[in-house]
Amino acid sequence: MGVINFEELFESKLAKNDIIEPKDWMPDNYRKHLIRQISQHAHSEIVGMLPEGNWITRAPSLRAKLVLLAKVQDEGGHGLYLYTAAESLGTSRDEMLDALLTGKAKYSSIFNYPTLTWADVGAVGWLVDGAAIMNQVMLQRTSYGPYARAMVRICKEESFHQRQGYEIMTHLAFGTPAQKEMAQDALNRWWYPTLMMFGPPDVESPNSENAIKWRIKRETNDELRQRFVNQTMPQITYLGLTAPDKNLKWNEAKNGYDFSEPDWTEFKAVIKGNGPCNKERLASRNKSHSEGAWVREAATAYAKKQNEKYEAA
Amino acid sequence: MTSKEALFNYSLRLGDTSVILAQRLSEWTGHGPFLEEDLALTNIALDIFGRAKALLEYAAKTEGKGRTEDELAFFRNDREYFNALITEQPNGDYAKTIIRQALIDCFDLAFYTELAKSKDETLAGIAAKSIKEITYHKRHSFAWVNRFGNGTEESFNRLQNGLNEIWPFVGELFEMNEVDAILIKEGIAVDLSALKPNWEKEINQLFAKANLVAPEGTYVQHGSRNGLHTEYLSYILAEMQSIPRMHPTAKW
Repeated sequence: MGVINFEELFESKLAKNDIIEPKDWMPDNYRKHLIRQISQHAHSEIVGMLPEGNWITRAPSLRAKLVLLAKVQDEGGHGLYLYTAAESLGTSRDEMLDALLTGKAKYSSIFNYPTLTWADVGAVGWLVDGAAIMNQVMLQRTSYGPYARAMVRICKEESFHQRQGYEIMTHLAFGTPAQKEMAQDALNRWWYPTLMMFGPPDVESPNSENAIKWRIKRETNDELRQRFVNQTMPQITYLGLTAPDKNLKWNEAKNGYDFSEPDWTEFKAVIKGNGPCNKERLASRNKSHSEGAWVREAATAYAKKQNEKYEAA
Repeated sequence: MTSKEALFNYSLRLGDTSVILAQRLSEWTGHGPFLEEDLALTNIALDIFGRAKALLEYAAKTEGKGRTEDELAFFRNDREYFNALITEQPNGDYAKTIIRQALIDCFDLAFYTELAKSKDETLAGIAAKSIKEITYHKRHSFAWVNRFGNGTEESFNRLQNGLNEIWPFVGELFEMNEVDAILIKEGIAVDLSALKPNWEKEINQLFAKANLVAPEGTYVQHGSRNGLHTEYLSYILAEMQSIPRMHPTAKW
């Protein structure tokens, strides 16, 4: 029997589109890249509960309350499976949470924008979840098994959320003049931050060779952004709303819309921690975590006592 | 009071109690002590909002004046709300939320088990569905009471303090008035006095397990059966009803 070359085995699996599982050998940089990406994704789900959670107690109908609560709960659930997927790579939930709470770990910058009216709940579902799906669909076939499987479920739920968000926008856009105004205002405020979700322009973000090789990325930022605009424009038109971009128009030659770039200076500022709600979001997570410390300690102490009783018996 | 009026009030009482309790529980969403508990409490709030919606739909239908469940929830003032006072009390820390929930779950499981036998088919149907949900809620809250009672000194102290704060509002759960009298005669409502002995037995067992002591000589606060509340309810409603009241003709 010959000596197994783990690296070659790993590479050949990737080449065959095989799935890498937790117990398989993997290179360190692959493991590190995934831990960072999956935990950031988990943090985004958890922090993402806050802007929409802001409207749970004020949702304007009993049905709207049920839908929104279920949605925010789904996001928590996504966070939970993603943390578990990351744990399978040899990190712990405590380490990941610590990185989030101390501001070392990143999460999606979009959640550093405020939800100012009920229409924002609709706009977040429609635009933000819509953009997230576009980014995430390719991850269902990513090379790391636990991540790919989590993404299958997450994408299904996200597309449901997007429809719910669009439903809210429909009620508003075809409702009273004040409702329509609220819908337009939400679109105006969420349009560019949503376009930023696809990341910086390709010229500033050379594709990481590894991310492509590892099947973590399949399309460039600009390609995804273009696809999002093409998909969203007919929906905006249907709602009778206007995208806040004077340069936005159909370009027959490229079979897509021309549109203005978001303000990348703002993008960088928000990433650096200077968005409208960066401090509030992190403070809120830290408050819940520190106020919950005695609950977690009590649960641990109780479990320990139960174990001792069990062993003594 | 006609029996139709009694049924309308009874459905409102049950519906309002569920709306306000779920509203309080949903304040925890996104802020729980850890992720699994955040999800669990949100799930419980969802179940109770679902029940609230069904009960208020039935109240609206019983009233027969063309109002919807949303109009009942969002366009009545605090003096027209009949939720039990215990549900509107602030969440406090997690121990207070949990002990409030355990006291209510224990009552609700017994109550809805009886209501499932009601001669009113709608109420019986809603109750039958609720039994499964409340069985889970009670398992959850009872387990946490036990854990806090036997966890750390801090968790025990917080639990006992929470109980002391919430205890004056428990007795009202068992109060009955003309509405109950009319509907019990018709085989629709539950005789609450019959639920008390077993509720006390179960709660005493739970307290013994968690080393809790029921406060003595507590004066029972009441009033919700007549639409009289603590100061907290109008704030809950101000928040909950703000959007529909700003846009009274809008649909959502």
